[in-house]
Amino acid sequence: MIEDLSELVGRHPLFAGLPADVSVLVAGCAHNAAFGPNELVLAEGGHAEEFYLLRRGRVTLEVHAPGRGPLAIDTLGPGSVLGLSWLFPPYRWSFDARSLEPVGAISVDATCLRDKAEADPAFGFALMKRLGAVLLERLEATRIRLLDVYGDARPT
Amino acid sequence: MPHRVVERRVEAEGIVTVVLEPVSGEPVVWRPGQFAMLTAFGVGEAAISVSGVPGERGLRHTIRDVGAVSHALCSAEVGSVVGVRGAFGTSWGVEELGARDVVVVAGGIGVVPLRGALWSLATRAPGHGVLAVALGARSPDQVIFRDDIDGWREAGAEVELTVDVADAGWTGSVGLVTAALSRLSFDEQDTVALVCGPEVMMRIVARALVDRGVAADRVRLSLERNMQCGIGLCGHCQLGPLVVCRDGPVLLYSRVAALLAERER
Repeated sequence: MIEDLSELVGRHPLFAGLPADVSVLVAGCAHNAAFGPNELVLAEGGHAEEFYLLRRGRVTLEVHAPGRGPLAIDTLGPGSVLGLSWLFPPYRWSFDARSLEPVGAISVDATCLRDKAEADPAFGFALMKRLGAVLLERLEATRIRLLDVYGDARPT
Repeated sequence: MPHRVVERRVEAEGIVTVVLEPVSGEPVVWRPGQFAMLTAFGVGEAAISVSGVPGERGLRHTIRDVGAVSHALCSAEVGSVVGVRGAFGTSWGVEELGARDVVVVAGGIGVVPLRGALWSLATRAPGHGVLAVALGARSPDQVIFRDDIDGWREAGAEVELTVDVADAGWTGSVGLVTAALSRLSFDEQDTVALVCGPEVMMRIVARALVDRGVAADRVRLSLERNMQCGIGLCGHCQLGPLVVCRDGPVLLYSRVAALLAERER
């Protein structure tokens, strides 16, 4: 059975629990996307014109370092939002994103969604609250990782 | 009681497993989650978690080399003798869990006291619930028990392994163990969680579990405090009204949530 795209949007954690018309609004800017293993999904420095609601598979965020190759800095899986740089000028990706395995996602046109958010402040605020929670969660996780908690065992 | 080192294995840089057998007398009786007081003669004594699986040979401890006593224990060669008191403390209570879903979250060397529980859960009778495991490590070279991880997966467990910092050859996940936890599927309403790792990590994980719908009295944490006597007499490991070596180390989150902000005495 082919599922309606708005239903898929409504089941993704970013939009789950919001009114059905929000899912329809977002689905109007979206289409299904798939990637094979080891595909470059986002390229550092590239224009952030679409982002992804991950449904299946994992994607790693990477930074290239001279002489060290790609360094993985985070892994996103089903239920995650891939790509946040589309929210703020200059709309440019900060990192590479590469699929670790077959990935299924909903691709969302960033300009289309921003325009809808500008036109409908209630929708825009709801969207920003959900994305703000994602940003906060990632900021907190990064701060905890900076603590290097696994390295501070008590001497005995 | 004097025990002889009968096996020694380097798990990772600075992490060593030793298997001990009594020089004479009966073997130590233990349950997964408990600890023993190990003595490096002439150096000192430390509380060390049992890392064994029921049925394995001897008394097994996996030790991180972070101080004088642990360094001496990690350096103990096969044939040398160390002292053992115990086993002490509460266990994970895996025998009470029956067929229900279990989620296990371990960070760093926190997987050590969970190894026996994980094998007991992975080999439960057919028809049991989900066994979902989130493991975090500082870096790929600090991931221990790789053979066990493969074994838990082969036995049907869903295992998410993540590291804080990857190296160039790492193709697994990178990120905080809570992200690995978020990718696991289990029935939040009927799940028991077993959590062990640095206390900061356990606080975050316990809150994430409760936020997801797991009842606080179904989240079991293994606390590490400054245990010295191991039998609840000296008070060095006191945490509010609790003495961790006697009342713990495995305690319910509902009982200790408010105490986890307490500073060690």
